[in-house]
Amino acid sequence: MKMMTRATVLLLALATAACTNPDRFGGAGGADGANGANGAGGANGALAGSAGDPTSPAYFNQAIGDRVLFAVDTSTITPTGKSILDGQAQWLMTNADYRAVIEGHADEQGTREYNLALGQRRANAVREYLVSRGVPSSRLQVTSFGKERPIEVCSEESCYAKNRRAVTVLSFSAVTS
Amino acid sequence: MMKKVIAVLFLWVVAFSVHAQTNDDRPLIVITDGVTEPLPFALPQFQAENSAASQISADITRLVAQDLAGTGLFREIPATSFISRVSSFTQPIAYADWRAINAQGLITGAVTVNGNQLVVKFRLYDVFSGQELGQGQQLVGTVDGWRRMAHKVADATYSRITGEGGYFDSRVVFVSESGPKDNRQKRLAIMDYDGANLQFLTDSSAIVLAPRFSPNGDRVLYTSFESGFPRINVLNVGNVSRQQLGTAQGEMAFSPRFSRDGRQVIYSLSNGGNTDIYRTDLGTGQHIRLTSAPSIETAPSLSPDGSQIVFESDRSGTQQLYIMPANGGDARRISFGDGRYGTPVWSPRGDLVAFTKQNAGRFHIGVMRTDGSEERLLTSSFLDEGPTWSPNGRVIMFSRETQGAGGTSSMYSVDISGRNLKAVPIQGGASDPSWGPLQP
Repeated sequence: MKMMTRATVLLLALATAACTNPDRFGGAGGADGANGANGAGGANGALAGSAGDPTSPAYFNQAIGDRVLFAVDTSTITPTGKSILDGQAQWLMTNADYRAVIEGHADEQGTREYNLALGQRRANAVREYLVSRGVPSSRLQVTSFGKERPIEVCSEESCYAKNRRAVTVLSFSAVTS
Repeated sequence: MMKKVIAVLFLWVVAFSVHAQTNDDRPLIVITDGVTEPLPFALPQFQAENSAASQISADITRLVAQDLAGTGLFREIPATSFISRVSSFTQPIAYADWRAINAQGLITGAVTVNGNQLVVKFRLYDVFSGQELGQGQQLVGTVDGWRRMAHKVADATYSRITGEGGYFDSRVVFVSESGPKDNRQKRLAIMDYDGANLQFLTDSSAIVLAPRFSPNGDRVLYTSFESGFPRINVLNVGNVSRQQLGTAQGEMAFSPRFSRDGRQVIYSLSNGGNTDIYRTDLGTGQHIRLTSAPSIETAPSLSPDGSQIVFESDRSGTQQLYIMPANGGDARRISFGDGRYGTPVWSPRGDLVAFTKQNAGRFHIGVMRTDGSEERLLTSSFLDEGPTWSPNGRVIMFSRETQGAGGTSSMYSVDISGRNLKAVPIQGGASDPSWGPLQP
């Protein structure tokens, strides 16, 4: 979770405190406001590197694509999704020092608990696909943010379509697998 | 700050007069689902028995009135209409003067402050029958806890008039929200049922979701993303210490609720794309799997007698409500209307299940009997979800989120009749309320 930590630190620095009076956490300002860090979707930016370098996370995020999208209330990988995941699998096998957490997300049209479970289904569908393409399962973890971390905020299908996603978030750590 | 609020009020009740009790035990109001005309009551300002009590006696009187009128079952008669003055707590009641202004209930009281000690005495009268209703009571507490004293007076009044338990001296744990929709900050908070005495229980360093009170209100279960994965924490409300429920690597745990004895937790565990319901004993850490379908099983809620669990499942293709024995086994579907049903919560009386329903692009909070009959939708909006019951099973609180890029979440309450819908008055965004028990 090294990457998560870095992303957290980054957002910590940017965060503004929303401290009010009845606060027994001391109103430490910067200590507040970090919970946007997890699952922001574009968190791979923290590792970045140059998109021109095919071994860089930036290349993974931009040239290959770090996310796949889903239809309403489904976890089926679309043909477009498969081609993105084929690229992800290839990259992960070539760059064996990276692990990934696959974050599943849902749009806001659903109850909180169900959307957490649905996001898990989506993330797991991605994981299973990557494993079927040869990525060692030990390098892939799944989590779900349900509807907690939309990247688009309108209440229309144009936004919902982008929020129903599973994002492959890389972290650098030499693994023995 | 914390100490002041969490400090247990030392409070006791002394019956100090034995008046003629009404022979008739029928309540003045029987709460039914039909439209009820609010019962008019007169609440002359409680007597300040010493000068230190003058402000607080006014404050307590106002809060008692606010609690009662806020139910929609009572209507306060303005003091400007009063014919009689109540100048002493012990003076005989001039019933004719109160009948003349059509007051059905009359509440009188007296307040004394000695240092930090607060003494509140009150009496309730049935004006039409010209008798005291129940016995006068005396409450002793602290000045800091004056709101609780007022809520106790209102609870006793509500209870004597309706024959049912009250819900005013209770607290709600919820998620306080701030920030834009795509970077929302969430932290656990607790408040009195009416939004007063807001306190935070966690910071916003990790997403927190769906807190649930223990049956006696001493602990709160909630889901936290501290680790990057949803996990269940148990938080002690008194000292805010917390402990994580054991979860294996690769598993997500969420949607917890306490058993009625507070010793076990029922919740959802996701692994390998499948979500099922489990039960863990908090003492031994032992857990048992209660469902094992390839579908999503979540949002479990126990019946008050602990024998059954209502939950949601998409085993039929869409989210629907099911009831199974508390130890697992065959489940029967109870929701059959149009749309999808989720987040079922068994009522404290055991007769109803509250739920969230999605249909035709709208969300509703509704109730149905435990056999699925008599479904009744209480609300309708862009996004209503997550009902929680008042301790007496008469009121439901829930989250309502508004539409669009600037959408925010607030908490509302509504009677199970569908009447008296209103926002809980607190600053900032709020979601996922869990209504705690009446405080001792």
